[in-house]
Amino acid sequence: MTTKAKRLNMNQKYQLMTRGLDWETTYQDMDDVFPYDKYEGIKIKDWDKWQDPFRLTVDAYWKYQSEKERKLYAILDSVAQNNSQLSISDARYMNAVKIWMQGVTPLEYNAFRGFCTLGRGFRGAGARVACQFQAIDEMRHHQTQIHAFSHYNKFFNGMNQQSRIRDRAWYLSIPKSYFEDAMTAGPFEFITAISFSFEYVLTNLLFMPFVSGAAYNGDLATTTFGFSAQSDESRHMTLGLEIIKFMLEQHEDNVPIIQGWLDKWFWRGYRLLGLVGTMMDYMLPKKVMSWRQAWEIYWEENGVALFNDLARYGIKMPKHHETATKEKNRITHEFWSTIYQFSHATALYTWIPGNEELDWLSAEYGELFDTVYRPRYEYWKELDDKGERFFQERLPVVCNVCQIPIFHTMPDDPLKNCCLVSEYKGTKHQMCSEGCLDIFNNEPEKYCQAYIPPQQIYQGNCGGATLDDYRKWLHIRDEDTGEYYGSEDHQMWEKWKAQAGKPTDEAA
Amino acid sequence: MAENVFIALQNNPDAQPIIEAIIQDNEHAIVNESPGMVKIDCPKRLVIKRETVEEKLGREFELQDIHLTLISLSGNMDEDEDEIVLQWNF
Ligand SMILES: [Fe+2]
Ligand SMILES: [Fe+2]
Ligand SMILES: [Zn+2]
Repeated sequence: MTTKAKRLNMNQKYQLMTRGLDWETTYQDMDDVFPYDKYEGIKIKDWDKWQDPFRLTVDAYWKYQSEKERKLYAILDSVAQNNSQLSISDARYMNAVKIWMQGVTPLEYNAFRGFCTLGRGFRGAGARVACQFQAIDEMRHHQTQIHAFSHYNKFFNGMNQQSRIRDRAWYLSIPKSYFEDAMTAGPFEFITAISFSFEYVLTNLLFMPFVSGAAYNGDLATTTFGFSAQSDESRHMTLGLEIIKFMLEQHEDNVPIIQGWLDKWFWRGYRLLGLVGTMMDYMLPKKVMSWRQAWEIYWEENGVALFNDLARYGIKMPKHHETATKEKNRITHEFWSTIYQFSHATALYTWIPGNEELDWLSAEYGELFDTVYRPRYEYWKELDDKGERFFQERLPVVCNVCQIPIFHTMPDDPLKNCCLVSEYKGTKHQMCSEGCLDIFNNEPEKYCQAYIPPQQIYQGNCGGATLDDYRKWLHIRDEDTGEYYGSEDHQMWEKWKAQAGKPTDEAA
Repeated sequence: MAENVFIALQNNPDAQPIIEAIIQDNEHAIVNESPGMVKIDCPKRLVIKRETVEEKLGREFELQDIHLTLISLSGNMDEDEDEIVLQWNF
């Protein structure tokens, strides 16, 4: 008779997997085997202090991930079979999906690349295991998003050149440069930038209110992959916090280095999220929550609680967080106004919000909206009604750090444009804010080399020096760009609605 | 002072017993529902007990199964076979 071996508990299993599996190398110096985990100045005394609070093992990982995939693909199949594109609130919504596909999905792939590098780069086995799991997760996110969007790509414009425009479109350099900045840093900065600042502090704003908004707007595919990805994300976030605490506890010399990274990556992440806020406020026809409200919940409440917790290590609130909070009532309107004027140079459509939506924005944003942004929209609407839809004829000057067009205003004056200049090696570099200026001035040698798309375009390096040449080089058609009303997406949507007996925009 | 921890779960039948268990075991929990999702905030500390989930569910439950419905969380996290704890230490 065989006796059943006593089952190991979670902690024992995790310890077995992540401790004692590796060894101190003797043929080669450890510093040659792991050449990148010291030069940033982070001091690690004991890698065994690294803990994954979920204590996930390989068998548990496969079990949960395969279950998640089964559920996800069952729903994606049914989305395709049931023509679920017809259940979305309005075809304008699809432009939020386009931004996701064009701008966010490539980040998942870059996260995969980054974590593969880290899965080799750290000398602690626990850290390497965690990064390897995460690399697989990120590849899964990239793939499931492409699969989910492939159904929409059959019907809507702007989704068919993803890999081409990811590398070439001027506006997609905003998310792209964020990740490339992290990937060209050392491993500890990368993990601080991505696992902590991006995933822990900021992605809640992308995946929670926005994906909940996707649910509210009838987009089953995005809701499903969004929440499925976010369940991995909660693991990544937890790890992000553990990593910060691990580094802070290992050596007091690490504290100022980490504070510098938190300052930098908070600001970079916040700037990037302005785009998500704009999707929430303007691209969801049915509103769930405004950017202002989301900022108050996820930053002012949850983010600040986190920094209160880190105070015991000597960590302070990230620099310029006050500015971010001051901007909460205007950032999305400034962003939308900008996309509105430039959508003829993007694979997106834009529009002036309808009256009900303007009323909602007035209620959410109050006087500032009514005095500054609403009149601007009403003016543009008038122009449009006269057949003079407003577009800028030139591409904008973009910030040399965050690569967002320089449309932001002074922290204490929403009527005054903010453009700060730093001169380095005889060249002037424009920045959108004190936050980005600090980042530039701390690493000028890095940012002076940044690829700035509008500059490259006007130098003729992108298919020619006119917008027409440039669009051709992107492989986007005129029909994929510009005003939503009257676009191919709009016409098709109206036809579908008429067939289904629903009121069309004309009749409304 | 900002001091809440939170957990967010998909609003589906699999998550229901977990949500009910959290409400029972955390007196100060505040439940916020939005489309597709339930977010539960709680000052300083929130606990999820396996036993309570099993009571609600009427069968055995492994706490790691929460991964299938988990959307997000905040707070220092600790997990063993019997409970998941989220807390701030200030
Ligand atoms: Fe991801
Ligand atoms: Fe992630
Ligand atoms: Zn900037």
